[in-house]
Amino acid sequence: MISLTIDGKPVSVQEGSSVLDAARSAGIPIPTLCHHPKLSAFGGCRLCIVRIEGIPRPVTSCTTPAAEGMVVTTASPEITALRKTVLELILSDHPNDCMVCEGAGTCTLQEYAYAFGLRDNPYPGERRQYEACDANPFIERDMEKCIACGRCVKVCDEIQGVAAINFTYRGFKTKICPAFERELDCEFCGQCVQVCPTGALTGKQWARTARTLDVQKVRTVCGYCGVGCEVLLHVQNNRIIRVSAPDDGWNEGWLCVKGRFGYRFVDSPDRLTEPLIRKDGVLQPASWDEALQLVADKLTAIKTQHGPDTIGGLSSARCTTEENYLFQKLMRAAIGTNNVDHCARL
Amino acid sequence: MTETIIRVCMGPGGIAAGGADVLAAFQSGLADAQVSATIENRCTMHKVGCLGLCAKDVLVDIIRNGDKKTYELVTPDMAGRIITEHVIGGTPVAEWLVKDDYHAFHAKQVKVVLSDCGAVDPESIDSYIAAGGYAAVRAVLTSMTRKDVIDLIKNSGLRGRGGAGFPTGVKWENCSNVDADTKYIICNADEGDPGAFMDRAALEGNPHAVLEGMLIGAYAIGARIGYVYVRAEYPLAVERLNLAIRQAAEHGFLGENILGSGFGFTLRIKLGAGAFVCGEETALIASIEGERGMPRPKPPFPVYKGLWGKPTVINNVETLANVPYIIRNGADWFASYGTEKSKGTKVFSLTGKVRNTGLIEVPMGITLREIIHEIGGGIENGRRFKAVQTGGPSGGCIPASMIDLNVDYESLSKAGSIVGSGGMIVLDEDDCMVSVAKYFLQFTQAESCGKCVPCRVGTKRLLEIMERITNGNGQESDLDLLVKLGNDIRQTSLCGLGMTAPNPVLSTIKYFRDEYEAHIRDKKCPAKVCKNLLTFSVIAAACKGCGACLRACPAGAVSGEKKKLHTIDQTRCVKCGACFDACKFKAIAKD
Ligand SMILES: Cc1cc2nc3c(=O)[nH]c(=O)nc-3n(C[C@H](O)[C@H](O)[C@H](O)COP(=O)(O)O)c2cc1C
Ligand code: SF4
Ligand code: SF4
Ligand code: SF4
Repeated sequence: MISLTIDGKPVSVQEGSSVLDAARSAGIPIPTLCHHPKLSAFGGCRLCIVRIEGIPRPVTSCTTPAAEGMVVTTASPEITALRKTVLELILSDHPNDCMVCEGAGTCTLQEYAYAFGLRDNPYPGERRQYEACDANPFIERDMEKCIACGRCVKVCDEIQGVAAINFTYRGFKTKICPAFERELDCEFCGQCVQVCPTGALTGKQWARTARTLDVQKVRTVCGYCGVGCEVLLHVQNNRIIRVSAPDDGWNEGWLCVKGRFGYRFVDSPDRLTEPLIRKDGVLQPASWDEALQLVADKLTAIKTQHGPDTIGGLSSARCTTEENYLFQKLMRAAIGTNNVDHCARL
Repeated sequence: MTETIIRVCMGPGGIAAGGADVLAAFQSGLADAQVSATIENRCTMHKVGCLGLCAKDVLVDIIRNGDKKTYELVTPDMAGRIITEHVIGGTPVAEWLVKDDYHAFHAKQVKVVLSDCGAVDPESIDSYIAAGGYAAVRAVLTSMTRKDVIDLIKNSGLRGRGGAGFPTGVKWENCSNVDADTKYIICNADEGDPGAFMDRAALEGNPHAVLEGMLIGAYAIGARIGYVYVRAEYPLAVERLNLAIRQAAEHGFLGENILGSGFGFTLRIKLGAGAFVCGEETALIASIEGERGMPRPKPPFPVYKGLWGKPTVINNVETLANVPYIIRNGADWFASYGTEKSKGTKVFSLTGKVRNTGLIEVPMGITLREIIHEIGGGIENGRRFKAVQTGGPSGGCIPASMIDLNVDYESLSKAGSIVGSGGMIVLDEDDCMVSVAKYFLQFTQAESCGKCVPCRVGTKRLLEIMERITNGNGQESDLDLLVKLGNDIRQTSLCGLGMTAPNPVLSTIKYFRDEYEAHIRDKKCPAKVCKNLLTFSVIAAACKGCGACLRACPAGAVSGEKKKLHTIDQTRCVKCGACFDACKFKAIAKD
């Protein structure tokens, strides 16, 4: 353990912790935009600067390892003023668009603008302007709102292992995009959307559906595969309008493309909600008893006439392990064939 | 029988000044007079650009029976008299010989890094060895421990020449003390400062010295692999480095078990793609690793965790090129040059409004006055010296009133500038300090890697304020805003680029506030550089009505009949100055 003093308070942390970790573990808040607890430290937004005795300049607490005996000041008029300048600079190149922004309410930048009471722009000047160009069905990228915090770049590389996007160009024109500014063509896991601290990245499916207020969050388990990621369903008027992952779930906030974006089948008009039996060439509603009886009769007939091995069963990766167990039992014990498989071979 | 050698400068400067014609004039003059003499090229003998005094070209040496005299500013028509009076008659033409300032250019210089540039053939290892090369590495590998080497470099007081001035011996010691199976040494030859070419001169002029310095450094820290990170815009340097590496390997100075010492070392070249920020050590490391060249936070410092996470020493070309000479001549010899805290010599590229421009190598602690007035020969055209900009885009401007300042790390930084990599631009009364600062800011702003907010957005906003001031739209509050924003950027930026980018602005505000105020309050540029603040008008008393201005104006802003007074329509004038240049009667006023 390492002992240090933060804002006059003695703090003990594990070796390898950053000054930021140490402060937060002691309940001392430090603003950050580019930091994400599950990604490598970046040191780009400069909001988390603190003063450490013996170091002549303010340093970023996210990148500075906590050391024995360190004396840290996280808030002072000087530090607050510097943080304010940084925020003013970010906002000087940001659309004044919060009224209609998808990020409003969950945007960290907006939160800090509020906390620091930023209203005027002391640095009026050029703003980056980009054409919208997303041909993909999942992710909307409004790069004028991007603050180049690099979180999306890191999550894509460090967590997803895809590295579909990166920093391009230099200076003020720095932009996050796929190589050669091509269209985004990746796994569409949406991890980048999840970590973006602003309204720059949004899921197209939930864009312009609802603000956070009238949305109910339901924590459940993704039904797509046996991995069983924890998800948060964002529900409005009894409809799922978005899926995200809770940071404290065992899957640490990460999902795949199906879990994050594949929820619209739930209230699709094409979805089957009752058994249908084809009568006179037309599918007609039937009761479960009627439908199951029909299936049982047909299977028995095929088995008697052609033998059990003319029947095969395919189950779904979306079933639970128990359901899959019962299914193979049905095939092997009741029907008497080993022709059984499932679709979890994606 | 007298023996005469005539050497004509045929370096780039010499050729530009008409060296070929001078050479031809001597050849035909000798033939007419029926005298024989050997004619040589004065400058390209050793495949390096001339390190002499190009402002005095064409320079011609006459060596008569071993007695050398040098003529300056020679033109073809002077050849006849020189041949008759000097070559044949034995009496030099005194009035054409080089003057005191030519000697001053050399007298105040002390050459260490550049000592062998021009004297040895950079493409021949034998030539370097004959001049004492590789003796240092031999001494190190056969009779010195790693600690001996480190102590010697520490005692010499050598500090990094790449900008920050960190003590080289201490850096090596820190890395040497880390226990790791793999370590690296990197030579930083990215040299991205606009106008800087000291490292290029060292690499092209004597690549083996840099290589030898790296070998010694590698031995001291325990590295077996080294990289030279050199910008791709230096093809000749790359070619000579490749050749030097090949020759060194053939001579057993690279590879396994060097000189039977058991120590092995391999050297690789990595080409940089021309980003200024890739000269910053952590960005350079990222670039070698194949990542985008963006600086990483320190700590961890490269000596503990550098290339591929391994302990790494990064040194500048000039730093490394000093090392073999220090080993050969001893720490005390090196420390005898310079000041208490800044030892040795430093190469500067002296440019701007001085008479003598070029690369110079001077002992640390020399005064600006000696550099500008003695080595540099003073200001061109008798104009008034105004300031000197040192340290390139990270540096600052030092005003004329501080001309007796010593040039060393401490004094320059106290004056609000830096030694940096060694750029030195002399400015006179015709230079607008606001524009000079704006120029450097344009460079750093465009070269920011974009990682951190104060540098990416802050330098852009600084530049916008500077632009509005030079365009005549400055506001009274802008000066305070520049100082506040500049200081905040210095305080909050991640790497040296952002931390120093506001320096040109802050130092010019500090010393030339009145010039800013003239731009902002009076909407005037005192040096008459900022176009938008100029007014061109016709001086009625002087105008002859020749119509030259009317014909020259691209905007149709001038009107007037032949032989009558012309006038300029201010609403149409684009302030290009064509009329001013065209008028033979000085009848156009520029205010
Ligand atoms: C923006 C920036 C550009 C730099 N460019 C160079 C360069 O071109 N060459 C160089 O040797 N050092 C450069 N440096 C300094 C290096 O980071 C590093 O300090 C130096 O190479 C260390 O070598 P030294 O101790 O021998 O000076 C640069 C630093 C910054 C912040
Ligand atoms: S959706 Fe996933 S794979 Fe695609 S860019 Fe975002 S993080 Fe990378
Ligand atoms: S898109 Fe979002 S996460 Fe990515 S860099 Fe921009 S602000 Fe950060
Ligand atoms: S100071 Fe500038 S160059 Fe350095 S890391 Fe920040 S943005 Fe990049």
